[in-house]
Amino acid sequence: MKPKILLEKNQFDITVKRLCHQLIEVHNNFENSVLIGLQPRGTYLAKRIKHELEKILKQKNIKCGDLDITFYRDDFRKKELIPNKTNIDFIIEDKNVILIDDVLFTGRTIRAGLDAMLAFGRPKDVELLVLVDRRFARHVPIQAKYVGITIDSIETQNVKVDWKELTKTDRITLLSK
Amino acid sequence: MSYLSQKHLLGIKNITKNDIELILSTAQNFKEVINRPIKKVPSLRDITVANLFFENSTRTRLSFELAQKRLSADVINFSASNSSVKKGETLVDTVNNILAMKVDMIVMRHSSPGAAIFLSKKVNAKIVNAGDGAHEHPTQALLDAFSINEKLGSIKDKKIVIVGDILHSRVALSNIFCLQKLGAKVKVCGPQTLIPKYITSLGVEVELDLKKALEWCDVANMLRIQLERQDIKFFPSLREYSMLYGLNKQILDNLGKKIVIMHPGPINRGVEITSDVADSNQSIILDQVENGVAVRMAVMYLLAGKQE
Repeated sequence: MKPKILLEKNQFDITVKRLCHQLIEVHNNFENSVLIGLQPRGTYLAKRIKHELEKILKQKNIKCGDLDITFYRDDFRKKELIPNKTNIDFIIEDKNVILIDDVLFTGRTIRAGLDAMLAFGRPKDVELLVLVDRRFARHVPIQAKYVGITIDSIETQNVKVDWKELTKTDRITLLSK
Repeated sequence: MSYLSQKHLLGIKNITKNDIELILSTAQNFKEVINRPIKKVPSLRDITVANLFFENSTRTRLSFELAQKRLSADVINFSASNSSVKKGETLVDTVNNILAMKVDMIVMRHSSPGAAIFLSKKVNAKIVNAGDGAHEHPTQALLDAFSINEKLGSIKDKKIVIVGDILHSRVALSNIFCLQKLGAKVKVCGPQTLIPKYITSLGVEVELDLKKALEWCDVANMLRIQLERQDIKFFPSLREYSMLYGLNKQILDNLGKKIVIMHPGPINRGVEITSDVADSNQSIILDQVENGVAVRMAVMYLLAGKQE
């Protein structure tokens, strides 16, 4: 089957901006809130959101970190698990944490992310923001609070998010095998 | 390439450059983990590791044990001095009895060269060599490479001299293999009697003059004189050895450049290295110890993750 484009450049941009405004509704000036992007691909979204938020709020001090969850996965020894960098130079004790990933599918990555995050303190609360929510595919009871787009897909399909930092264009594509 | 090519870590000689680079880059991630407020990850929570130390060790043993605990593995410790080895049990029997208790990985130090390789052929568990006689000490070489890379930014084309008792040193042999695979130039330096006869066949140069060796190098790795392995006298006295091959502040300051000083421990202060050198800001001896935990975590993480 031909790949189906779900979001192109302009809509992609609008979606990210909408997510930012939704965040501002809840977190005001982000004084007590931090963004954490999950490695590898959630970090692009987290950085984009930080950048947009700072533009909208006209401030420069929103905290944003990268979290690698490889060592916390439950499928160790089932597949290749090579770690990425964790880069969190702040503590999350008593903060409102916004966990960010590109695609929410089985929920296992987020489950591992919740575990991994606790090594940096006990947050006041944790919210989940994803760009794509693949409905009806969850293996664990995890739902996102902020969602870019929701799609229905079957297990054999793949959702690919392209970032202009990597491939020169922002795009979300549904690939069928 | 993101898996190790080997099921065990028996020595540096039989692993590839890719393996070494994979271990070092994974160790980088673990170094970040052990500097967090909570230094523990659950990766090896379903693995049981036995530490079999048939020979004395402080640093390596503690480092391995800490690495295992930081990875959430279950650990059992065994030392030959208070075991049935004293009652005449063979190595294979001892290990098979331990494995019957469902152990997945063995970390072993033994005084016989080749003990780890022998064991890997006889038993069904992943083996990590923590030093076998005067043969190899792979995790020490890996942590030395990691420390040099951390200090100097790369290893390729760097000049490293290993000074001291090369003949009895497993650290020297593993370091030579490891550094050469990573593209460094290696010299050995020490009294002629403590330099193995065929060492040049490994592609290393021999330098008998300490000052010349130090002038040439970027990094000096000072080894301990292993009196416990010396059955005959290889040099007249420790005093004479330290006068000719001991590194002191005066020699270091007269070099006209800042070289990096390493030592695998335990240090004999005043013999191969003086206190003011060991504690100077050119010495990375304690960094080596810290990096040892991260490197050993990486080795066990990668071995445990390797599929059958």
